[in-house]
Amino acid sequence: MSATLEPVFGAAPSATRPTNVLVVGVGGQGVIMVSKVMARIAQLHDLEIKQSEVHGMAKRGGSVFSHVRFGPQVWAPTIALGEADVVVALEWAEGLRWLPYLNPASGSLIVDTKRIVPPFGCIDRRRGAQVAYPDTRIAEVAAHVPNLYALDAEGMAKALGNPRVANTVLLGVLSTTLDFPLEDWRSVLGEFVPPATVATNLEALDLGRDWARRVHDNPQDHGAVEHRAPRAAPLHDAIALDINAAWCKGCDICVKMCPELCLRLNEQQKAELTDAALCTGCHICEWLCPDFAIKVNLVPNAEATH
Amino acid sequence: MAIFEAVRETVGAGSAVEVRPMTGNEAIARGAWEAGVGLASAYPGTPSTEILETLATYPREDLHAQWSTNEKVALDVAIGASYCGVRALTAAKHVGLNVAADALLSQAYIGVHGGLVLAICDDPGIHSSQTEQDTRLYARLATVPVLEPADAQEALEYTRLAFDLSEEFDTPVIVRSTTRLSHTRAPVRVGPRQDIAPKPFREEPERNVIMPSLSRRQRPRIIEREKKLEAWFSASALTRRETLSPKVGVITVGIAYAYVKEVLPEASVLKLASSYPLARDAIRDFCASVERVFVVEELEALIETEVRAMGIDAHGKDYFTRIGELSAENVREGFVKAGILAARPAAPAAPFVPLVRPPVLCAGCPHIGSYHGLRGDDARVTGDIGCYTLAALKPLAAMDTCVSMGSSIGNAVGMSLSRAERKPIVATIGDSTFLHGGIPALIDAVYNQANITVLLLDNRTVAMTGGQDHPGTGKTLRGDATHKVDYEAICRAAGVTWIKRIDSYDLAVGHQTLREAMEYDGVAVVISDRPCVLDPVKIKGTPFRVRADACTACQSCMNLGCPAITWSEETFEGRHKVQIDQALCIGCSMCVQVCPTDGLTCGAIEAGP
Repeated sequence: MSATLEPVFGAAPSATRPTNVLVVGVGGQGVIMVSKVMARIAQLHDLEIKQSEVHGMAKRGGSVFSHVRFGPQVWAPTIALGEADVVVALEWAEGLRWLPYLNPASGSLIVDTKRIVPPFGCIDRRRGAQVAYPDTRIAEVAAHVPNLYALDAEGMAKALGNPRVANTVLLGVLSTTLDFPLEDWRSVLGEFVPPATVATNLEALDLGRDWARRVHDNPQDHGAVEHRAPRAAPLHDAIALDINAAWCKGCDICVKMCPELCLRLNEQQKAELTDAALCTGCHICEWLCPDFAIKVNLVPNAEATH
Repeated sequence: MAIFEAVRETVGAGSAVEVRPMTGNEAIARGAWEAGVGLASAYPGTPSTEILETLATYPREDLHAQWSTNEKVALDVAIGASYCGVRALTAAKHVGLNVAADALLSQAYIGVHGGLVLAICDDPGIHSSQTEQDTRLYARLATVPVLEPADAQEALEYTRLAFDLSEEFDTPVIVRSTTRLSHTRAPVRVGPRQDIAPKPFREEPERNVIMPSLSRRQRPRIIEREKKLEAWFSASALTRRETLSPKVGVITVGIAYAYVKEVLPEASVLKLASSYPLARDAIRDFCASVERVFVVEELEALIETEVRAMGIDAHGKDYFTRIGELSAENVREGFVKAGILAARPAAPAAPFVPLVRPPVLCAGCPHIGSYHGLRGDDARVTGDIGCYTLAALKPLAAMDTCVSMGSSIGNAVGMSLSRAERKPIVATIGDSTFLHGGIPALIDAVYNQANITVLLLDNRTVAMTGGQDHPGTGKTLRGDATHKVDYEAICRAAGVTWIKRIDSYDLAVGHQTLREAMEYDGVAVVISDRPCVLDPVKIKGTPFRVRADACTACQSCMNLGCPAITWSEETFEGRHKVQIDQALCIGCSMCVQVCPTDGLTCGAIEAGP
């Protein structure tokens, strides 16, 4: 079993390899609609198709993905790392997450610059904490992607009067990277969107196509807004919680109402801080204390006194 | 249910074959319908749920399709139909078969009258489950055959065939799917439904009633059945030999076949239809025709172990992972490691650190209110299986344990009677999970005089699997009105006397009621009552918004973990103020209730627009 021997077979991919499109986003954005339209068009062209997704967490704001593979012969249901011809991302950080799947030599990343900050991104409530969301810029991503299409699809959809057609704007961009006739995209799209929104969706498709053509001719003309997650300013002071034990009668109100659960009653039934690192200095204990026994002080830190 | 319109294509001498895009689960349902199935029953469970949902779209006159209270009941219902000569199917996820295993192992001795098929969907990679387990081990334990389709077309054909095999060999048959097969859509050629006339009940108690005498008589017949099935699989065209390079031979089964063909199209392949019983003769012949033998199978080394026991130098788990899903990548890596494939140049490392985006409870989810009440109480909280298991995560962080369906109440009884836990003990359990496995434990709690609080989270649906009906919703799988379970009456009948109902959105009353329940000595039940915001109808009310000048960035509302509330650009004393996503907010008002600005009024958060 020695790996030092000449391998039996070479590493070249087979000639009949299918086209691989990975559609990603956040639950509720319409990832599955985009992949169904593509699969349907491939079916019209008598190609083999496999469209694979994982259900269950999709509705709960988690990361959602759908692998679409079509061609004369399709074996595996999923796309291997580095083998996606196109990654369509309905959200910025999701595009970054799935980037390793993109073909590093020839792949196209079509990504909405819209940023959906998850509740988990705001989990560190301490003063001065940053939102846990990548501050990666379009130019940084462009350096790692053969063909980058970064656009404010949601903004464009809003301009059409319906932010929910953002996925169709992206579909319009996608349609310029695949070899299917425009008429197929238009007719199949009509099958998958609510009848009342067909006209808006067709407009959104055209908008995406026009944008892609414009950017193809002039890459600087992407017009995408660089949405950024909020950043906190640097701090020049620190929190000092001052509990006057003589005034505290152990009523437990501060303990019960502290958002960080970082207060407790000690053996003498006096309020005390359990973990200073958890206290955000929100003042709730100070404001609610019936005996004025708690004071939240902001003291200048060393840096501030310089 | 068909997502795409049917497309007709012409095959051979003008015979029209209908091709429809189907997921693996839809294909399993179609296969059962084509086989003339007369009854189907299941408890919902990802990734198996859509099998029964699809079967319920076929005509009522063809079959009865139902949700059962749990997987064991579902299998027993299917067995009942089989006793009456009707073809029957039950579907479950892998852990569902744990619940139904008792009935399966008995039925393997009793055999079948009408064909009996269990469609079991494993979840390698643990996308949405408690465990990663290989149902093929159950097939071996129960000595029942397991069929393993590789794609949606085979899912249809194997399921149809499973009913014939079941009747021919007098055994239940398992069709094993995996998440990847169940949820991959591909074009499938469909056929007509077979007309199967039910056979009359066999009045042979010596065959129908399990007892030691029957089992002792049947045991040698089961071993005989195993031998016959091994011979059948060896001779069957389902065991497919693809003779290519004589240098490398790969034995594979199920979805693993697709990955082998993807990365190693040059190798000779023996594609099995079943890991148990094994087509031993076919394997022996195949291995004699190739220089090196590999076994590629997902999860456990069932085939590999057997092939090696046959004295064949085969390799599998040395190269191919036993953990998680197989993929084109890890199968390729395995063959590279084995010296079969040349290595590809390594892809450049991902330059960006991926964002952590775990699933969260929905905006306005009633579970948020229920667990927010527990968050501040110094209680020991046992959890259960459902969306609400997410309450164990920050920021609610209001759950200490979770084991399996219905475990919360039994766990709480043990904590109470162990006498080691000083904190008040609260078992939290969803409506459907309570009906599934919680009721016997509640009876146990009263019977053994445990001192616990049971918080029954009644959101009136099986939410986690996509909003299925259950006996507490008053609607059947086909949408017919039926009796609606009265939880209070069940609790009273079990002997619970302290029962209160709260509105999940009323945080103050909820909190106070829980405190009273915890002070009560004995079993107290609190029913937290609000419908799921997604199913059966998506709830959307007037959204709230934040008055930024009044927000002190105290983060009290952030403790709800509501996905509609995130930080804004503005800060107060270095902490981020909050903002409410108008599209996501449904107007549940829970954040308003916890907002303390202006002395606990809803000063900072007000009704929009």
